[in-house]
Amino acid sequence: MPPFQNLLDEHAADVMAVLRGAVGRTDAEDCFQETFLAALRAYPDLSDAANLRGWLLTIAHRKAIDHHRANGRRPLPVAELAEIEVNDPEPDDGVWALVGALPPKQRAAVTLRYACDLPHAQIAAALDCSPEAARRSLHEGMKRLRKELA
Amino acid sequence: MKASLQRLAERAESEGLIDVAYATIDSPFGPLLIAATTKGLVRVNLPTYDPEKTLEELAARVSPRVLEAPGRLDDARRELDLYFEGKLTEFDLPIDWQLTDGFRKKVQRAINRIPYGQTRSYTDMARSAGNERAVRAAGTACGSNPIPIVVPCHRVLRSGGGLGGYGGGLPMKEALLKLEGVL
Repeated sequence: MPPFQNLLDEHAADVMAVLRGAVGRTDAEDCFQETFLAALRAYPDLSDAANLRGWLLTIAHRKAIDHHRANGRRPLPVAELAEIEVNDPEPDDGVWALVGALPPKQRAAVTLRYACDLPHAQIAAALDCSPEAARRSLHEGMKRLRKELA
Repeated sequence: MKASLQRLAERAESEGLIDVAYATIDSPFGPLLIAATTKGLVRVNLPTYDPEKTLEELAARVSPRVLEAPGRLDDARRELDLYFEGKLTEFDLPIDWQLTDGFRKKVQRAINRIPYGQTRSYTDMARSAGNERAVRAAGTACGSNPIPIVVPCHRVLRSGGGLGGYGGGLPMKEALLKLEGVL
């Protein structure tokens, strides 16, 4: 396993960006701390260094979901948009604002798929559901976005 | 982001989640990476060796929970600063010897007892470690000292008075001996 510091150097900014998208700027800091403390606790027992980024983003999304559960599942307005590199050279902020307004599971699925570029299986792992359910959340989220944008 | 990372290092430290804490400090010879476990100073990386490699070695040999957490290195940093200013002649830092073992460890512990401003030969070190004839092994032990400067392998010279070798380069060895008034 690489030194844990390498994970911070390489992925901390992405994790923070995803969390800002998922829970808003104010609460992202707490989730960020919880994410990396949980990762540190688990790190010595981790056996596969193949996809550490996916592993961290998975933990981050669990923490975001915990956060939403603790807040009674109410949809939270997103104060700040995720600063994420996407293929689109000029990401449309309006779209991400709409993503931020989706129900938590759909929002998480859409963010993980299109901001983090995770495959369905990993989205399912992050959301603690079946790949089919992840696909459905993604589909529902996209359907809703298309409707809002139409 | 910097504040978040600093907070994380502090929280991880207080929750006992950092097995190897490290910091990079300035020295007259360039940046030194220093690393400590909860037992004590475990590694001093001289500027001649790639610090990234040292961190990877620490991850492999001690624990992958290696984090930049300078707080744990405050004492070491302060003592090293004073040493380079010529104001400190004896380090008072707990040392973790886990990166060394066997005969090498005996030699390195003997090196650690050489007083400031004095030198010994490789033969002296072999004798101190209990095997006078193992001069070459004593030389290897000096060369593989994981905690140079603090464990003063620069005070070990050839029997004839030649400088011998040094991981940080001979100019650094010479400068340290000058600093201590030997040369």
